[in-house]
This record gives sequence, structure tokens and C-alpha cells, in this order.
Amino acid sequence: MSTMESKPNKVNTMAEMAAQNKQPEILFWVGCAGSYDQRYQKVTRALVKILHALDISFAVLGPEESCTGDPARRAGNEFLFQMQAIANIGILNSYQIKTIVTACPHCFNTIKNEYPELGGEYTVLHHSTFLQRLIDEGRLVLKGGGNFKGKKITYHDSCFLGRANGIYEAPRALLEELDIELVEMKRCGTTGLCCGAGGAQMFKEPEAGKKDINIERTEEALDTGASIIASACPFCMTMLSDGVKSKEKEEEIEVLDLAEIVAKSKGL
Amino acid sequence: MKIIPQLLFVIAIVIFGYFFSKRVIRIRKNIQIGRKEDRSDQPAKRFRNMLLIAFGQKKMFKKPLPAVLHLFIYVGFLVINLEVLEFIIDGLLGTHRIFAPYLGGFYTFCLNFFEFLALAVVISCLVFLFRRNILKIPRFWQREMTSWPRLDANLILIIEILLMAAIFTMNATDQILQTRGAGYTATGRFFLSAQLIPLFEGASTAQLILGERVAWWAHIIGILGFAVYVTYSKHLHIFMAFPNTYYGNLNAPGQMWNMPEITNEVKIMLGAAGAEQNQVEAPARFGAKDVADLSRFNIMNAYACTECGRCTAECPANITGKKLSPRKIMMDVRDRVEEIGSSNSDEDGKSLLGDYITKEEIFACTSCNACVEACPVNIDPLSIILQLRRYTAMEESSSPADWNNMFSNIETNFAPWKFAASDRFNWSKE
Repeated sequence: MSTMESKPNKVNTMAEMAAQNKQPEILFWVGCAGSYDQRYQKVTRALVKILHALDISFAVLGPEESCTGDPARRAGNEFLFQMQAIANIGILNSYQIKTIVTACPHCFNTIKNEYPELGGEYTVLHHSTFLQRLIDEGRLVLKGGGNFKGKKITYHDSCFLGRANGIYEAPRALLEELDIELVEMKRCGTTGLCCGAGGAQMFKEPEAGKKDINIERTEEALDTGASIIASACPFCMTMLSDGVKSKEKEEEIEVLDLAEIVAKSKGL
Repeated sequence: MKIIPQLLFVIAIVIFGYFFSKRVIRIRKNIQIGRKEDRSDQPAKRFRNMLLIAFGQKKMFKKPLPAVLHLFIYVGFLVINLEVLEFIIDGLLGTHRIFAPYLGGFYTFCLNFFEFLALAVVISCLVFLFRRNILKIPRFWQREMTSWPRLDANLILIIEILLMAAIFTMNATDQILQTRGAGYTATGRFFLSAQLIPLFEGASTAQLILGERVAWWAHIIGILGFAVYVTYSKHLHIFMAFPNTYYGNLNAPGQMWNMPEITNEVKIMLGAAGAEQNQVEAPARFGAKDVADLSRFNIMNAYACTECGRCTAECPANITGKKLSPRKIMMDVRDRVEEIGSSNSDEDGKSLLGDYITKEEIFACTSCNACVEACPVNIDPLSIILQLRRYTAMEESSSPADWNNMFSNIETNFAPWKFAASDRFNWSKE
């Protein structure tokens, strides 16, 4: 960690690594939101800072990365999904990728659960699990919590992490390392309420109803009295940030990704 | 003349048995309208799921009060029906309480135990009627809960109360008759039904015999009739919960199943390795338009649904006022498959998508798996929604315009948004 300041924070691509005959420990799958969405780029950079600070050897696909196909598949376009999946698997396999870490639960679910049938078998970790493992291994130390110590934080379960893949504990354990006060929303864990963006809803207007789902969820988060909503998914982040904005509560409550919280607590 | 009740009993068994088995065969055929799917893998895990979830009611206990009341009715059903064995033997042989002399004190104990369960069943049914009709718990009154589903639910509860009332009447009158030298077998005292003795004591022996016989016949005919009724009712879950949990999805809930028939075409288009080797015949249709396009397990799911609405109560789209209701999806599948089954044809110009389920409903789904998680018998409405979406996207190209834009963005820019592929790595430059 002491080498952190002196080291240039260059992010290597797999192509660059391969040219030097190097194989990184992990591939960081950035995802479309992490690459293009201005808000989520901050999460990408936060995770990169953590990886650099811990001297973890990693690379990204960079321009060779492409949508996993998740929204296409969930909207029903299986052709497009498989086009994306098979092309991505071709690239991942050509670099002999073994371990993939991603900050997007949708990319995580697709690569982990849906790529194997199409010939792509990797160890896939969501960044919450990955960071929790680093803590367990003693490589990442969060004790004290930095600026977050004692703060009231509520964690919003991403459906694609929680119900879809049974990951409820790692994100919470990570937050609890920070000596914060973790408060739960009325609906949490297995009964957590969706942010409204899954199943390709992120990419269309909602059907007519009496309320938008993200508003319903934001109200539950506000009811906890937390000053931070911790999220672990780019779509949840967008939906909840929009919800907070429409409630004009930006001064009172902040939506932060787990990686941002960890990075900030370390002063990164 | 003594043979007449035995004859009537045999005739009743044959008639109800005929209608019951006819329905069982019909339902089996209806399930087979769906396409074949192999779920013969991991039998040990499947058996364990069935034991825990159907037999052990594990998922019911997310809501403790209804779970306990439901458990009373369920245990009551399983245990009290042991007595039906005696009913059937008595009915066929013209005997009365044939087990009593053999079991002695144990018989008295068993019947007392059955009576306490019967009381628990009556109380539970009354509370359930109260929750449905007086408290009007919202999930029992939503849009798809039209007059028949509501009546069906109330009928089940009322029939169960009447069946239990028959047991109490029969046992109370029987106990009086034992003291009147009417040739009734000694059974020992049944604590609960003995409390009803004062109600009947004034009656003549002949009236009591009539009462006891009417109650006996009402109970057995009630059970036989109920068995037939159940096959038309949402109450079929008492049987279907078992195969349904056995054949439940064992993959991660987030995983959508692959369409191998598409893989080969895609591989050919991409010039990828492995094309043509494992050619799979293209299906008549991509995705599902009607129940015949669904998997048999989807249809089995529909027959296992008891319309409790826990799925709909957890559905984010439904909670926020959208038309989508996972329970309605299951009810629609069952109604449609029954319609096809009874007319023996799906060439009626109707289809599941369009005549039963609208696109507005399926497009509102966030694929969040809340409905799947909520279902006490592992029904998967999401799987049906996604198959219907596949049909709209791949056969009709009738997806919402925003989704069509998203598709073309992925095709041209490899991202669901309109950003240049060459800019993907720009985040690292700041």
C-alpha cells in the first residue's frame, strides 16, 4: 500500500498484457454502465483505486469489452443475447481468463450463470464478494471506518445479487467492517424491493401505474433515516439517485456504491 | 335389505371414482400439452426440496400466522383422513367402527386426537373466512380475484367446516347410542364431541340413528365429492404441491435457460467454432404465444397454484399499480389450458398471449424474482413471462420502441446506450 502514491495508476488492457506475455490475477469486467455512465464511472474508478492500492494484478478488456447481452435476453431477444455472449466468450477464452470481477450484478449474473452453457466457464465474483474476500484474507483492512464511522447506512439489495444469486451477506458484512450503523429497510434481503430497473426496464419507460417503483423504494430508504443508501449495482444507483432527486432529498441522503464507500474510507 | 347401504356405498365410490379419475387423466393430458422438458436430474436434491417445501411447508412460514393456521388444516387433512380408511371398510363390509374392538383404548385416543385436530381445522377455517371476507386482506381482492376465484376459496373453507361438523355430529350421536343398547360398538369417551351430547339427548333412538347415519354419509360423500371438486378448484395444490416442488427449478433463479436451437445459427453467423456439430431442430416458434409453447412444468405450476397471491403482493410492478400480477399469469395459464383441453383443440383462434395475458402485463416485469421467492410451492411465473417476451421480440418484433432502440444500440455500439464503442475505455483517461 505504501507504493500507492509512487505507482502510476495505469489501467492495463488484456491486449497490452498479452503483448507482454503477462497474465493478470483477475479480469475486471467494467460493464456498459461502468464504462459510459458518468455516475458509475466514479464507481469504476473507485474500484480501480482499491485494486491499485492493494497491488492486485488486474486488467480490463477496454475497447474489446462489449455488452453481456443481459438486457437483450430479458427483453426477449435471444438472438442478440447469444450474438453478444458468443463474441464475448470468444474474446475471454482467447485471453484464457480464469477469474472475473465486476461491479455490475447483471453482468455478474449473466457471465456466471448463463455463459457456461455457451462455452464460457470462469470464476465470476461481484465486487462485494471480492472485497469481502480481501478482508477475510487480511489484504484489505477497513477497521475504524474513516469518515463513515457511526453513520447510518441502509443497504439496498440488488435483485440480481440477492434473490437471483443468494448474495445478501457479503455487502452487509463489508459495511459492518466500517463501524457504521447498518439500518434495514422495511423490505430487505429475500423480500427486498426491486429498484425498478431489472429485466431491461432500465431501457424503457414504465407501464402506466400509480407510482414509479424507484419512488416506492426511495421512500422506504428515506423512512430508515439513513444518511447513505449503499448500493451495489449501476441500475439501482441510477434509479435510487433519481428517486432521491425527485424527493428533493439530495442534501439529506447520498447514494453510494460499496466500492466508493470502501475507497473513501481508505482516503483513496 | 341390509345389503342396500353397502350397494349404495359401492355405487357412490364407483361414480365419484369415475369422475375423479376422468379429471386426473384430463389434467395429465393438459399438462402434456406443454413441450417436453427433462428434469430427471438430481433426484436426491429434488426429493429433499419436496420434503422441505411441500411436506414440511418451509416457505409458508414467512408469514407465521397463516402458516400455523394452514398447518392445522394440512395436518388435519392428513391425519383425519386416516379415519376415512375405517369409513371405507365399514361402508364396504356393512360394519360399524370396525377398528374399535381391535384397538381398544388406542382407538379412543386416536379419535380424541382427530377431534382436537378437527376443532383446530374449524377454527383455522373460520379465521381464514374472516381474513378473506371481513378483514378483506388486499391480496384476496385484487383484479384477477373475480367472483369465481373468491367463491372457490370460500367454498373450500365452508366445505371443510361442514366435513368437520359431520364428524362431531356423528361422534356425539354415536356416544349416546352406545348407552341405549342400539348395538353400537363401545368406543370410550370422545372429549370434544361429548360436549355436544346435551344437544342430541332429547332425541329418540330412531332419530339418533338417523342423525348418526346422515352425518356418516355426509362425511364420506362430502369427502368423495370434495375430491372431485378439488380437481376443478385452486385447492388442487394439496396434491400438485408435491410434484411441483419435486420438479422445481434447481438452477440459480437469475439464470435464464438457454435456447440451443438459436446457438447453432448464431455460431454459423459469427463463423465461430462448434457450429453445425450439435444441430438442434428449430422449434415451430421462438418463445411462447400459447400454452403449447410453454414447458410442461409451467403448466404443472399453474395447476399447483392456490391463488394465495403472495407473489402478487411482492411484485414491484403490481405494488406500484401496473397491470402485471404474477398470480394472474398462473391463473390465465390454467384457464387457457383447461379451455384447450375441454375442446380438444387449440385451433380456436385464441391464444394465451393476447386473449388472456396482454403485452402491457409482461412488459412491466422487472425479472426481480420476488414472485418466485414468495411462492410457498416454488411456482415460477417469471419463466412464463420471459417466454412470452421471447415471442414478442423474436416472432412479432412487437417489443416496446425503447427496447427496439436498445437492441439496435447493442447491435451497432455493443452497449445498450447510444455511445460509440471506441469510447468505451475513455473512463480511464480522467
